[in-house]
Amino acid sequence: MKVLKTYIIPRLIQYLLVIFIGITITFIIPRLTPIDPVQSAINRLTSYGGAYMEPEAVASLQNTLKELYGLEGGIVEQYFAFWKHLFTFDFGPSLSMFPTPVTEIIANSLPWSFFLLFFSLIISWIIGNILGGLAGYFKEKKWSNVLAVVAMSIYPIPYYVMALILVILFVYIFPIFPMMGGYSVGLQPTFSWSFLLDVLRHSILPAISLILVGIGWWFLSMRSLTSNIVAEDFVTYAEFAGLPKNKLLFGYVMRNGMLPQITNLALQIGGIFNGAIITEVAFSYPGVGSLLQKSITNGDFNLMMGISVLSIIAIATASLIIDLIYPLFDPRIRYR
Amino acid sequence: MFVILKDLLKRDKKFLFGFTVICILVFLAILSAFSPYDPRSWNVVPKDKPPSFQHLLGTNSMGQDIFWNTTHALKNSFILGLTAACISTIIGTIVGLIAGYRGGVLDRVLMSINDSFIVLPSLPILVFLSFFLREKMTIFVMGAILSIFSWPWGGKQVRAQVLSLREREFTYTSVFSGMNMWKVVFKEHLPFVIPWVIANFINTILWALGMEITLSVLGLTSLETPTIGTTIHWAMQYQAIFRGIWWWMLTPIILSIIFFVALYMLSVSISEFLDPRTRLQRIKMGG
Repeated sequence: MKVLKTYIIPRLIQYLLVIFIGITITFIIPRLTPIDPVQSAINRLTSYGGAYMEPEAVASLQNTLKELYGLEGGIVEQYFAFWKHLFTFDFGPSLSMFPTPVTEIIANSLPWSFFLLFFSLIISWIIGNILGGLAGYFKEKKWSNVLAVVAMSIYPIPYYVMALILVILFVYIFPIFPMMGGYSVGLQPTFSWSFLLDVLRHSILPAISLILVGIGWWFLSMRSLTSNIVAEDFVTYAEFAGLPKNKLLFGYVMRNGMLPQITNLALQIGGIFNGAIITEVAFSYPGVGSLLQKSITNGDFNLMMGISVLSIIAIATASLIIDLIYPLFDPRIRYR
Repeated sequence: MFVILKDLLKRDKKFLFGFTVICILVFLAILSAFSPYDPRSWNVVPKDKPPSFQHLLGTNSMGQDIFWNTTHALKNSFILGLTAACISTIIGTIVGLIAGYRGGVLDRVLMSINDSFIVLPSLPILVFLSFFLREKMTIFVMGAILSIFSWPWGGKQVRAQVLSLREREFTYTSVFSGMNMWKVVFKEHLPFVIPWVIANFINTILWALGMEITLSVLGLTSLETPTIGTTIHWAMQYQAIFRGIWWWMLTPIILSIIFFVALYMLSVSISEFLDPRTRLQRIKMGG
């Protein structure tokens, strides 16, 4: 029960705080700027959509928008109204795909982003940590240094530039992979093998670009972690005790390095999500990122807000889950 | 300071590489002051010309000279990175110093806020912000906005350092000799954490430039100001790759790779230099 008090409750408080800060920022931003969001939304809607709107329709839209953005009443009242909308997951209708609710549009593109992010994260975490662990353990070897230099030149490249390089290389110069999108044009989304294979083929490049940058980061941090662990006394002692090398490497060195890497996963997930968003834009992959881009070009305020708020909640939850399963891997927390 | 710099330049190839590249890029950025063309005006040179002696890196579809535009882009990117890094380093360092020194409830509160900002997915919020500020988005405003999300990393690191400094002999001496918190923190502790602050400063520049590229690609910055990001944005808008105007697309890509790798090498080499364990290893290996 002590785990609950010393570990789980602080994490839960942290979780609520993350959501609170994130939501509050999204609430304050539009109110700090001198631009009237309602008017600018209507302007954008009429200029981008190109559709003519009746004055009465504009007036009613103005009212619904005002209510939706919670611009009625005092600032405190507005703030509470904002939270009420959140708890009911009600972000109103999308302005560019009127009258489909924002929640529905996001729910449709969420699985795409989820699978792309989930698989590339897991793959890069595992490969990066294993390679990094080996490279840290055999730090004097030549291949370890070569790998480190490669990782150091790949990791700092921004996701979008990395995606561009892959597009130029594998779509333009060597046309191995299909150009863009989530599946071939004209194909019906069904649960057939051919469709799934097509989806897979389209998601390979975006996944590779996420995985490449990801591996770089996990490799570098794991390498420095293990090279420090190798210098610890218990490793030296285990060496003198004549433990088999495999056991030493995986049971002693790597295992201790993995733990901070799980915490890092919880901390890095927000940044990786940012990367996934922009990678989707680069490959026009039909996930939340492309949706966000569409909402920008269409001036779709509701959609943009829905995506911001939901991604804050989703990322905070993912990070909480990682933190909560951490004790399963670290006996020190369980028995504290 | 200069001794350390000389030492690093001589012993660490990473530092040498990073330092040289950044010096060249700074030189190019300064060169922008002598640019014969205004970076904001279009159609000042013939369109879509491949690289030649007259136009070193060719010209783009907007009738701009890519070489001179790139020097402006570099200058603006430097300004952006430095603005974001300055603001966030100041906030992060102060928060880290105070949280580490005071400890207790204040530390817990500050660090919870700190960690919340780290976990927060900054891009959707930044998109949201830039969407409203698009008309007023100058380089400085953008740097200031980016720093909202970049200070916590530095804060966390500084705090970890101060936690160990706090228990050292000289802290007690200064407290007992009547120095108040601010004096102890800024006069006694700050000098110790400066190297970490520098490493973090560079990392923040890296992060800010990456974010700038991301936001520009989404079309959320002031697009007439040339930066690395807006150059990519326009090249994408005009389908430069598929029309075979490779010099337009390749310039910002290669530039950003060199820029980012060089900055990263600098920060790695500084933090390696800081870690006594790796320094010992290097001496052991005779490096």
